[in-house]
Amino acid sequence: MKDQQAQPRDLDGNPVTPGLPMAMLAEVTHRCPLACPYCSNPVDLVRASKEISANDWGRVFRQAADLGVLQVHISGGEPGARKDLAQIVGHARDAGLYVNLITSGIGITRDRLIELDRAGVDHVQLSLQGIRPDMADRISGHPGSWDKKMAFSDWVTEIGFPLTINAVVHRQNMERLPDMIDLAERLGARRIEVATVQFHGWADRNRGALMPTREQAEFARQVVNAGRIRLRGRMVIDYVPADHHAVYPKACMGGWGSTGLNVGPDGTVLPCHAAQTIDWMRFENVQERSLSEIWHLSDSFNAFRGTAWMPEPCRGCERKTVDFGGCRCQAMALAGDARATDPVCSKSPLHAGVVARAEEDAAATTTDFVYRRMSKGG
Amino acid sequence: MSTLIQAHDIPYLPRGVRLQGDRVRGIRVLQAPERALQLDQIGEAILSELDGARSLDQIVRDLAARYNAPVDQIAGDVRDFLTGLIERRMVFLKDAA
Repeated sequence: MKDQQAQPRDLDGNPVTPGLPMAMLAEVTHRCPLACPYCSNPVDLVRASKEISANDWGRVFRQAADLGVLQVHISGGEPGARKDLAQIVGHARDAGLYVNLITSGIGITRDRLIELDRAGVDHVQLSLQGIRPDMADRISGHPGSWDKKMAFSDWVTEIGFPLTINAVVHRQNMERLPDMIDLAERLGARRIEVATVQFHGWADRNRGALMPTREQAEFARQVVNAGRIRLRGRMVIDYVPADHHAVYPKACMGGWGSTGLNVGPDGTVLPCHAAQTIDWMRFENVQERSLSEIWHLSDSFNAFRGTAWMPEPCRGCERKTVDFGGCRCQAMALAGDARATDPVCSKSPLHAGVVARAEEDAAATTTDFVYRRMSKGG
Repeated sequence: MSTLIQAHDIPYLPRGVRLQGDRVRGIRVLQAPERALQLDQIGEAILSELDGARSLDQIVRDLAARYNAPVDQIAGDVRDFLTGLIERRMVFLKDAA
């Protein structure tokens, strides 16, 4: 295999050494009954006709396991929109992977959840858009979503799956974070993931309606810290803070191409779910090349591996192996340059402007959303 | 770090948490919701003892006998290790029946 011996290089031609991935996000469909205005799917959604088959997913899972992946996060869109979801799950378990199912809870009946249990789902992660029917239904753009989620949660408990509640927070619901944590506890969740909206793609179109204030970000931090102490040994709180109000950027993906990868509905392989916002980057597909070759040899995965590609101030920064220069997609969105220091970093020359714009968006009075929808036609 | 486990508690791996071999890296891992912990030999030795029947106290005594080590030292190591996992909800406790 001559190809395997080729020297992987970053986008400047510096040699890099790929590690092994631990986790894979499998976005098996972009179809979703919800229309959340901060959806992490790309703005150009993949249509059902382009989705790869359950057998294709089986091949991808086996390749992933051979590559070192231990866990798969089966997500979407809403993964339940695929009628063959149980078959996809079964393939993942057969490959030896630990299966996390990330769902809105909408469109999966009790019978189907029992079927998914038999197929081998290890853990269920249920999204929460708000804390009451009115808020949850308005944010998700789906009347009745709250009641369906609560019923779904009952079935999860009945079957005995470990449950994680996934709460996305932003300006319009952050005050209710204590109630979300209480609800997760009441539902018997082992974990709650509290993630502040990340302003890529759809969320970027809704900055004025979603950007939290600095005071809210501080409030959320205090709620999380107090909750962790109160709930020690009973429920885990994982927290993704509002990085527009932070001093340093988040270590996106734990470093580009270092421990995780994302496979989209049509088989496109991405270093992170938002990577397609880097418009000049070309991504490869599992229908054309093996996952191992894409991981080790593709230009997209190698582009930002290591630290040699970094510009100043990252290059001389002692945190360059802590946060890896931050998020490449955020650098693209805010600096217009995917190589730049993530502008949310206080050391970025663009930082003052980013903070000013975030404060301006946070002070906006609009509450109207641009909902995530598939475009017509095509 | 205050302990979350007492000598009479019976620690066990709940549903959704399991020990598994990592054939690519040649190690053992603890698979749990959204986490795969790479285990060293000590961690693996401790977790292999969790059978849902024996208490912490019994497990410590068995490990001390097997590795010919002082009970107090083993007790501290095991309690600290399990407390970390209890905090992460990867190990549950039940009372002796």
